[in-house]
Amino acid sequence: MGQIFHRSTNFLARVTIFGAVFFIAALLWLIGGYNRSTYNTQANVPREQPVQFSHKHHVGDEGIDCRYCHTSVENAAFAGIPPTKTCMNCHSQIFANSPYLEPVRESWRTDKPIKWTRVHDLPDFVYFNHSIHVKKGVGCATCHGRVDQMPLTYQAESLQMEWCLQCHRNPAQFVRPREKVFDMEWQHPSNQAEEGARLVQEYKIRAPNVLTSCNTCHR
Amino acid sequence: MSSLVQLTSSIKKEEESSENRIDSPAAIIAAHSHSSGDLSPSDLDSIRDKLSQSQGKQYWRSLEELANTSAFQELLHREFPSQASEWNDPAGRRRFLKLMGASLALAGLTACTRQPTETIAPYVRQPEQMVPGQPLYYATAMELGGSATGLLVESHEGRPTKVEGNPGHPASLGATDLFAQASVLSLYDPDRSQTLTRIGEITAWSAFLGAIRPIIAAQTGLQGAGLRILTETVTSPTLADQLRKLLAAFPRAKWHQYDAAGRVNASEGARLAFGQYVNTIYQFDKADVVLSLDADFLSCGPGHLRYSRDFISRRRLQDGKTEMNRLYVVESEMTNTGAKADNRLALRPSEIEVFARAVAAPLGVQMGSNAQLLNDRIAKWSDAIVRDLKQHAGRSIVIAGDYQPPVVHALAHAMNGALGNVGKTVIYTDAVEARAENQIQSITELAQDLDSGQIDLLLILGGNPVYNAPADLNFAERIRQAKLRVHLSLYKDETSELCQWHIPQAHYLESWGDTRAYDGTVSVIQPLIAPLYRGKTAYEVLAAFSDQPERTSYDIIRDYWMANRGSGNRVSPVPASGATDATGQPPRAGQVPAPAAAPAGQSATPGPASADFEQFWRRALHDGVIPNTQMPPKTISVAANWAAQAPSTQSGVSQDAPLEICFRPDPTIYDGRFANNGWLQELPKPITKLTWDNAVMISPATAASRGLESNVGSLGGLIAADQVVLSFKDRSILAPILIMPGHADGCATVYLGYGRRSAGRVGSDQGYNAYAIRTTDAQWSGTGLQISKTGDKVDLAVTQLQHMIDTEQLRDRDLVRSGKIDDYKHDPTLYPAHGHGTPEKHEGDHTPSLYPEYEYTGYKWGMTIDINACVGCNACVVSCQAENNIPVVGKEQVSRGREMHWLRVDSYFKGSPENPETYFQPVPCMHCENAPCEVVCPVAATVHSSEGLNDMVYNRCVGTRYCSNNCPYKVRRFNFLLYQDWDTPGFKLMRNPDVTVRSRGVMEKCTYCVQRISRARIQAEKEDRAIRDGEVKTACQAVCPTEAIIFGDINDSGSRVAKLKAEPRNYGLLAELNTRPRTTYLGAVRNPNPELE
Repeated sequence: MGQIFHRSTNFLARVTIFGAVFFIAALLWLIGGYNRSTYNTQANVPREQPVQFSHKHHVGDEGIDCRYCHTSVENAAFAGIPPTKTCMNCHSQIFANSPYLEPVRESWRTDKPIKWTRVHDLPDFVYFNHSIHVKKGVGCATCHGRVDQMPLTYQAESLQMEWCLQCHRNPAQFVRPREKVFDMEWQHPSNQAEEGARLVQEYKIRAPNVLTSCNTCHR
Repeated sequence: MSSLVQLTSSIKKEEESSENRIDSPAAIIAAHSHSSGDLSPSDLDSIRDKLSQSQGKQYWRSLEELANTSAFQELLHREFPSQASEWNDPAGRRRFLKLMGASLALAGLTACTRQPTETIAPYVRQPEQMVPGQPLYYATAMELGGSATGLLVESHEGRPTKVEGNPGHPASLGATDLFAQASVLSLYDPDRSQTLTRIGEITAWSAFLGAIRPIIAAQTGLQGAGLRILTETVTSPTLADQLRKLLAAFPRAKWHQYDAAGRVNASEGARLAFGQYVNTIYQFDKADVVLSLDADFLSCGPGHLRYSRDFISRRRLQDGKTEMNRLYVVESEMTNTGAKADNRLALRPSEIEVFARAVAAPLGVQMGSNAQLLNDRIAKWSDAIVRDLKQHAGRSIVIAGDYQPPVVHALAHAMNGALGNVGKTVIYTDAVEARAENQIQSITELAQDLDSGQIDLLLILGGNPVYNAPADLNFAERIRQAKLRVHLSLYKDETSELCQWHIPQAHYLESWGDTRAYDGTVSVIQPLIAPLYRGKTAYEVLAAFSDQPERTSYDIIRDYWMANRGSGNRVSPVPASGATDATGQPPRAGQVPAPAAAPAGQSATPGPASADFEQFWRRALHDGVIPNTQMPPKTISVAANWAAQAPSTQSGVSQDAPLEICFRPDPTIYDGRFANNGWLQELPKPITKLTWDNAVMISPATAASRGLESNVGSLGGLIAADQVVLSFKDRSILAPILIMPGHADGCATVYLGYGRRSAGRVGSDQGYNAYAIRTTDAQWSGTGLQISKTGDKVDLAVTQLQHMIDTEQLRDRDLVRSGKIDDYKHDPTLYPAHGHGTPEKHEGDHTPSLYPEYEYTGYKWGMTIDINACVGCNACVVSCQAENNIPVVGKEQVSRGREMHWLRVDSYFKGSPENPETYFQPVPCMHCENAPCEVVCPVAATVHSSEGLNDMVYNRCVGTRYCSNNCPYKVRRFNFLLYQDWDTPGFKLMRNPDVTVRSRGVMEKCTYCVQRISRARIQAEKEDRAIRDGEVKTACQAVCPTEAIIFGDINDSGSRVAKLKAEPRNYGLLAELNTRPRTTYLGAVRNPNPELE
């Protein structure tokens, strides 16, 4: 019985073996790329909301402090989504008849909550605590971006674990003075490395081995 | 013959399981190859031989281990009995690969999906103090058997999730029992009754109010002659007040009380001794010597948590202290209190009275007749105990158990009087019950009245008499004689089925109420959540009979206290059933109560609430107790002629006496009311480690003499027990037996609470119904039991032989260290004298290791568990389950060793199986410094944290189970199946939001309650301070009544845990493996009477 494959088909075999290396590498690259892409993380994608609430208007133009609405950001894990009452504090007077605000007035009348779409959604096995980050000098804008420039709110960062770890491994790059935490316009000084290191010490921010222990975020 | 029976039963098992089990071929092989593991009477002889040569290990976990049967060896060798041999079977492997391939493909696909979009629904008007994500704690109280435990309940956005003890409540002091812990599950139980029904049809509360209106009108004319009310033991001042008013309005109506596990004997014993009902409070913290006459005061009865704390406070050997109290226990079955006894004597129920008389006579107690047939054993024990008691007169306690006849209680009272303990260690007060009475008589009267056919309305407020009333009353038949029957209960149970009206009861976490503790202290029960199913309380149902039928419990309770504040302990007693209250104005014939005068929600109050009252009320709710409501001590002495009135109970002690029977409430599901609680069903019962069933406990000798066996099956958790027919007073039931070391010979103990027909999905048709043979004249014990073997086997799921620590290669190492007080004085390390080598060489910390040392600059968490303090109550196991969202797996999975409890309480025996010493050893994860699990994980799912915790990262775990294979302590648990109930809406409300809910295929284990550490750490850092000692309490530590578990920072030399670790009694489990466990144990010390050795 003669050979099934002619000698020339060796070429195909070589290409296949050699190509497989590239193919697998390309596949890994593709998966990695997809995983980090904003298509996957949904970063920079504004979410559809029941009320077209503009942080740009309220924070940027009117200068309302973050804590006026997100009241528990300094005390609790959850920063807090304002109750309808907070909206009505002003909007019973201002834009009291605006059609955009009808869902708010409806909620107020019917005693049914407004159902906001969650923008920053961590997996359920991650236990993030706002209050401790605020206490340790992590600015709102560091994670949430320039919210004061967002007409519609979107997630500014990937919120993936490698992104969290950038700071947990080396907080000095990101911390800022406590009084500047709620300052949207604060810019890193040119000597952030030294200034950050000083703040890490002053604020007793724990060593990277503590901050990167699994149980810091996962329980 | 027996092996043939077992073989056929195991084949039957295969047939049942082979249809849908992957590993059934393996199970078949296993079942065939291990059918020779019977424990035969001849093994008992070999046990005795082994014990006589006191070589090697002293402690044993089961009779099989003691006899070293082949089945036991096989279980120990295979470690994970139901899975280990799966790979040897070709069919199993092929099937496994096929399934793995499919699940890998599916797993790959599911990883590509995004998280579903979530919404946030904020409040419209956010309540004050409510911060989403921050739990709030409210004080309330749980009542069981008419006695309250004060609680603090954790609430997440209005969902009660976890129960803790109220440190300010005298009966709790911060601890809780297993029933309180598990009550959260009952609250969210989807099987609870959800609708008000009339003959099965759903209807409304208003319809009920309308329907009973004409009946009330008719009864008004008859002065309530046709009205009967049946409740459980009532201690609530408000409910008592309502009943008092109701009986005043309907003078010929009668109120009956019946608690299946009630304290009739204690009440009647007090009446026998003193001529009146009194309440007894014991002060164990002042007693040097305690004699318990069948009293299980450490695990049940009013005030048992407080008693445990007080009792153990006299046994803490710390800082060089070498004094401890001494406990004598005389009992029939094996109880937790018996396990803690320094000297324990197992006697048949009838012998206990003989024994009590033998002790009482030399103490100077006047008894009518002393002619008792004493045997040598009783005489020897009573002599020694009498001497010891006399030496500690005024500093001793004689306590009689609720299961002993009134005469033993009277004897105990007389002995305490003779010893001068009254006023010192024993305090008498007025009865805590609103109306103390003989409940057996009460329910018997009701049954007789029912026969007359004159009962127009029977109102049953709680309880389940059709199921648990004495069998000779035939309540299921008699109840039909009442023309209209109304039943208020949490479940649609056996009694509801026979009642026209069924009203869903509000759970205590949903209702307002008040109740009394063991010393009379009143707590206001405040709800944590609005009734999930529009349940009603007994207060509201009784209000329906008043002129304000639509009042809410809140108004009723508040108004009562507005009127009666300051008279909390002087509430006038409720008249006995049928008596007319002299001050009560019987309403005129035909008078109809006025319709609701006030709109619902804000009914008419007896006047505006003063600011003063408001302050009182808020403080009472906040503190969880109403101040100064405990009963004042009472000076009282035993009546001189009490013995003349005592019934003559000459039983005599003879060898060929017929078998006796003991009835006991089940240790986990009590009288049956918790039957549908999966946590309690799956909780291994103390000492026996039985789950999901009840069995008849008999001693090894009694079993051998009757040819009864219980054999270890191939699955480790499965015990094939002989089924027997129990015949008692012409009634009989079928039940499996379980051989119990330490049980008294010549008697059998049966547990109440099982065999429910309509308990719910979890509790129905589990076990046998012991109420079927329990009669009015033999409530707790009786003579004349007959046992005959049916030849069938019953499978029981028992966890005693699961997750066993294998010490075969470490023959001289014992996992428990114990010694007598003299040994302790001589060598406080309690290191076994017969061991090889010096203790220093094996104490872990100094052994060199190839792994680099970890450095801990901040906290270094650690735990100590004091075996000397542990009373084996199991509350820690349920607390852990509630805190950490641990699922229930069911009987079949338990029998395969797949229960998920992160914390187990191992029990070890030492000495002869007739009367062994018993030790409890709670085993959580050891958080080893050199953790064997960490190094074998291929995906780094279990890693060391910077504070020494052995973290388990669920989202990394791929389920290789190498870690659990390599864990010498067997504390890792794997989710073989999807055990969590993801669908039932109620259970979503119940879960702790701070702990991940694990899914299938993930390993899990104790985390040292890392969520509590995180919470404390964040709080401390926000306040710029270190975590204080005692600020982090793990869930198991928080509930422990005896403070046996202490957790804290070892780096802080002043912390409690660091000090305990420096105690000489401190030792690490399997420390010779150099795992350097972070959880260490403190050895147990006993203080036996040398005369009784």
